[in-house]
Amino acid sequence: MVNIFIYIAAALAGVALLLALYRFIQGPSDADRVAAFDVLTIISITGIVLVAFIEDRGIYLDVALIYALLSFLGVIAVARYIERGF
Amino acid sequence: MSTLMIAMTLLFSATVLGAALMAIHTKSTPIAIIAAGLVSLIASILFLILAAPDVAMTEAAIGSGLTTFLFFFVLNRVRGGEHD
Amino acid sequence: MGTLLDFIGGLLLVTGSTFLLFGGLGLVRMPDLFNRIQAGAKTTTLGTLLILLGMFFLQPQWGLKLLLIGLFILFTNPISAQVLARAAHRVGTEKCAKTTVDRLEEDLGEKS
Repeated sequence: MVNIFIYIAAALAGVALLLALYRFIQGPSDADRVAAFDVLTIISITGIVLVAFIEDRGIYLDVALIYALLSFLGVIAVARYIERGF
Repeated sequence: MSTLMIAMTLLFSATVLGAALMAIHTKSTPIAIIAAGLVSLIASILFLILAAPDVAMTEAAIGSGLTTFLFFFVLNRVRGGEHD
Repeated sequence: MGTLLDFIGGLLLVTGSTFLLFGGLGLVRMPDLFNRIQAGAKTTTLGTLLILLGMFFLQPQWGLKLLLIGLFILFTNPISAQVLARAAHRVGTEKCAKTTVDRLEEDLGEKS
């Protein structure tokens, strides 16, 4: 029964990934693409957690921990770049 | 469960391909840097699917965190010299 | 008992993924940049926290790592969204036509 929930959750997260990727490629301004990058990072944390559950190995969660720590550094850097004007 | 892993691998591979094409074809420099960071971000999930958590950890820390930060640091410095 | 915990965890996983889907949908459908940042940041934060909670019901021995990941997301994700929105506001990104109130601009106008 858990498998069905995992399938549904992975499908929904995959659709969300594709939508955010569409905004990343299409996005009219550069800040739109950065917002899409932020969302893509969070969705990939979900992907890592799902992979860790499927493979049943807790060590995979360390990668998600590094993601959660480091993901906002890139966004902060590009925000500082935007503040000074493109 | 194997079908699900194959589907996830295909999805992440398509994402890597889209981000890499974006990094090549975009006109603006910061978006190219962000797209290169996205490539290494998703590539580390692919490493994780291939059962290499240490390589994935290094790729996430170096490729996605440090390289993006370093590129923007250098970009700020370069443009600051240009204006003076 | 174990089946009940599995059911609750799976339900939380699906709920969180639905919030992620709403975030992606809002990122595509919203009219201007600030709405997109808002829709993306809020829904994905809640969705990821729900997914981590559901994973705690499925695998209780991973509790500490899941708690740490949730705390980091709770700290960093709103910060990055706020910094990005402030930077975009400072360089004068155009707002959509239906925007009626802009508190940050009022504050900046009073200060200068």
